[in-house]
Amino acid sequence: MNQDQGESRPATRWLSEPLLWERGRKGRSGLSVPTTGVPVAPIPAGAAGEGPDWPDLGELEVVRHYTRLSTWNFGVDSGMYPLGSCTMKYNPKINERLAGLPGFSGAHPLLPETAAAGALQLIYELEQWLAAIVGLAAASLQPAAGAHGELCGMLMIAKYHRERGGTRRKVLVPDSAHGTNPASAAMCGFSEVKVPLGADGRLDPKVVAGLLDSETAGIMITNPNTLGLFESSLPEISRLVHAAGGLVYADGANLNAIMGRVDMTRMGVDVMHINLHKSMSTPHGGGGPGSGPVAAGKTLEPYLPGPRVGYQDGRYFWRRDLPHSIGRLHAFHGQFAVAVRAYSYLLALGGEGIKDASGYAVLNANYLKEKLKAAYDLPYDETCMHECVLTNAKQRGDKIATLDIAKRLIDLGYHPPTIYFPLVVESAIMSEPTESEAKEDLDAVVETMRQIASEAKSNPDLLHAAPVTTKVRRLDETSAARKPKLTGDM
Amino acid sequence: MTNRYFPHTPEDVREMLGVIGVGDIEDLFASIPAESRLESLPAVPGPLGEYELGRRLEGLAATAGGDWSVFLGAGSQEHHIPALVPALSGRSEFLTSYTPYQPEISQGTLQAVFEFQTLIARLTGLPVANASLYDGATALAEAALMARRVTGRRRLLVSSLVHPHWREVLATYLAPDPEAEVTLLPPGPDGLTALADTGVGEAAALIIQSPNFFGAVEDVARAAEIAHAAGALLLVGFSEPFALGVLKSPGSLGADIAFGEGQSLGLPQSFGGPGLGLLSSRQEFVRQIPGRLVGEAKDLEGKRGFVLTLATREQHIRRSKAVSNICTNAGHSALTAAIFMAAAGGSGFRQLAQANHDLAEYLKSGLLAAGFTPLGGGKAPVTFNEFVLRAPAGFSARHAELCRRKILAGLALSPYYPALSDAWLFGVTETKSREDIDQLLREVKA
Repeated sequence: MNQDQGESRPATRWLSEPLLWERGRKGRSGLSVPTTGVPVAPIPAGAAGEGPDWPDLGELEVVRHYTRLSTWNFGVDSGMYPLGSCTMKYNPKINERLAGLPGFSGAHPLLPETAAAGALQLIYELEQWLAAIVGLAAASLQPAAGAHGELCGMLMIAKYHRERGGTRRKVLVPDSAHGTNPASAAMCGFSEVKVPLGADGRLDPKVVAGLLDSETAGIMITNPNTLGLFESSLPEISRLVHAAGGLVYADGANLNAIMGRVDMTRMGVDVMHINLHKSMSTPHGGGGPGSGPVAAGKTLEPYLPGPRVGYQDGRYFWRRDLPHSIGRLHAFHGQFAVAVRAYSYLLALGGEGIKDASGYAVLNANYLKEKLKAAYDLPYDETCMHECVLTNAKQRGDKIATLDIAKRLIDLGYHPPTIYFPLVVESAIMSEPTESEAKEDLDAVVETMRQIASEAKSNPDLLHAAPVTTKVRRLDETSAARKPKLTGDM
Repeated sequence: MTNRYFPHTPEDVREMLGVIGVGDIEDLFASIPAESRLESLPAVPGPLGEYELGRRLEGLAATAGGDWSVFLGAGSQEHHIPALVPALSGRSEFLTSYTPYQPEISQGTLQAVFEFQTLIARLTGLPVANASLYDGATALAEAALMARRVTGRRRLLVSSLVHPHWREVLATYLAPDPEAEVTLLPPGPDGLTALADTGVGEAAALIIQSPNFFGAVEDVARAAEIAHAAGALLLVGFSEPFALGVLKSPGSLGADIAFGEGQSLGLPQSFGGPGLGLLSSRQEFVRQIPGRLVGEAKDLEGKRGFVLTLATREQHIRRSKAVSNICTNAGHSALTAAIFMAAAGGSGFRQLAQANHDLAEYLKSGLLAAGFTPLGGGKAPVTFNEFVLRAPAGFSARHAELCRRKILAGLALSPYYPALSDAWLFGVTETKSREDIDQLLREVKA
């Protein structure tokens, strides 16, 4: 690395910040302890402990520590975040305010149902809306994230077969699926049967038919799939799977392409999950918490987790008499504060706006694809849905890896797309711009991507060295995994 | 149709469609067969402008129950949240980022999680903690599955004084496994798990909670002896991390894995979610830990940084062979908890915990004076900020009357433990003053 690159990191922004325990002094505290006015009640000697050895910091020390850390992060609010399959759309500010209303945020989950009527109503209505958006019969907000929703759906399928005395153990999973799909199936005791994609990047009903047998419990399908293509044969595949006695699970990670447009019941889907932290605009928070509600058709509705919210004669109540339910999946009622944000988002859009959101998301992805396909390899050149998959094939001759392109994007002000996924495409670059981006911003990222393609030829070392404008440069992940240091005390 | 969340003008759309080479946005959906389409728009009301949206949700919030005065925890605790906590965790660079797959532009999240793991390891007295799970209930389920992987055994012994909802979630996770066997250990007469007659046998784990659902501090050291003598692991849960401010940690008493709910650490109750699932363990089990782990790494110039690590445990690498399917966790809850823990410091946390205990003991003695009685005969167990007492005749009616005034004076245990028809769970935190408690005691006696 040359001197110039080193100096391109503005010193003030990247000031190093010590770890919490490298600062502070015993006896400080950043919060106030109330004077109780009641007698001190000592803990009996046998049970009494010392308490955790946490560093003592003053209030301003804590404020500066986390403020500094935040400047080393990149969020949707910082710039475009076209991370494929993650739907990093704008997270409306109003939703944060509303989720924090004291009536919601201060509600104890075990309040009598009449005391929490507003909370039950919100859950009930959001469940109805989510079911309507995908054309299924009912939904449950209990699953806490997408993978938890997958687990929920597969537990429902497992219970359905158990009740019929079946020992069906196989679940079909396409090659292009997210890793959570086979992992969720495995947690339910299912073994994975891999389904190869057809030449057009989609599932071929004939291939699926050849893999079905009396052991098949079901199939897990992501639609649109992770290549950004709509699985047009899903109705036929569903008929085949149902005829073999299996059920159909749809992974809703890519729902943002088809919100309010596709009828999962007509496509033969029995159960699916919906990521509120993707399609429904709730913030991802640097790793969660998300929310992964599950919607079901008539066949599997009785298996939804419980308790569920019911409504009759103007009153909301908990339904606990659910003989087929898989039971509880969350300590209380799911990620309620996330649900408030999603509820607010859906109301801000309305039925037509929900459909429009998908329209603009697909428009943006196709625009990006068209503008980039001259500079980058596009393995499936057709209309895409909400995301497009490019590769580094045109840059490989210059010894440029997909990782190099991603890291150079960081230096030029963008969060990289998802890379090396889906696995069915070598060195994939998977971009999902979402409907939130304006045309000028798409044009700007296109210019940047074209610049990188030309730099790959003219100055490949620039890409190999990237990023150089960040707090740290490329990190040695191999050594970190070989001898893991997971706490400051190791 | 224009909406504040869509920046597209009609001219933008026209130009973009021209580049793509189609005439209408709907043409982009040609690959969706007519037979797969919704026949009408989804029945969702709106669109609402921001002001109307506020009005509508404020209306719901007004009847959601946040204005009640609640004298119990039961897995969801009302603690004061210092103003700096949401001010910092709400910074949008933290809030609007994804899981830190690109470490160079995620060092804020990654350093915060590394610090979080360290603070949780110290809190629980075990050397390794993960980056979070969804909530306490799923932390129990994941800890139990982890113990089965570590020991190669399948049977679980579970205290019936582990939070009843958490046990339900464990049962949901285990339901597809025909070989899963869960033996429930009954409560003893004093509100502690009956540990003597466990018959640990070939179990993978003995699972207890301390303080347990009744608020009582279990004999964790004795449980460790019993579990370890049979080659089983001891798993210790908690739903109120404040207890560990003044009690011995699970790790120091012999727990092999600790699991818990971290909501108390700066997170609002929010009708029960999102919470914060905590999991820590002994060092040698690190490759069986579910969920994300952040580790220290060096960059090209030898500078300290942090990365997601040991990904070979995880679903995106191992797929069906992964130790868990978890992907998204409770990252922002973990960040929030870390900020809370940093603000409290060891000294402040200890004082806060002591204040909780003092107030709870004050309420307990007041209720005992008002005719409530300990659960069993004999010596009452040590409790932290929750406890169970038997109520005098007529208390149910009094409880219902207080509900009409938005006061929740304890939780009846009979729906969870039918044999305990007159037992109630109470709890207080530092958010209740002496005056609040005196007022409640007057009401209970009235």
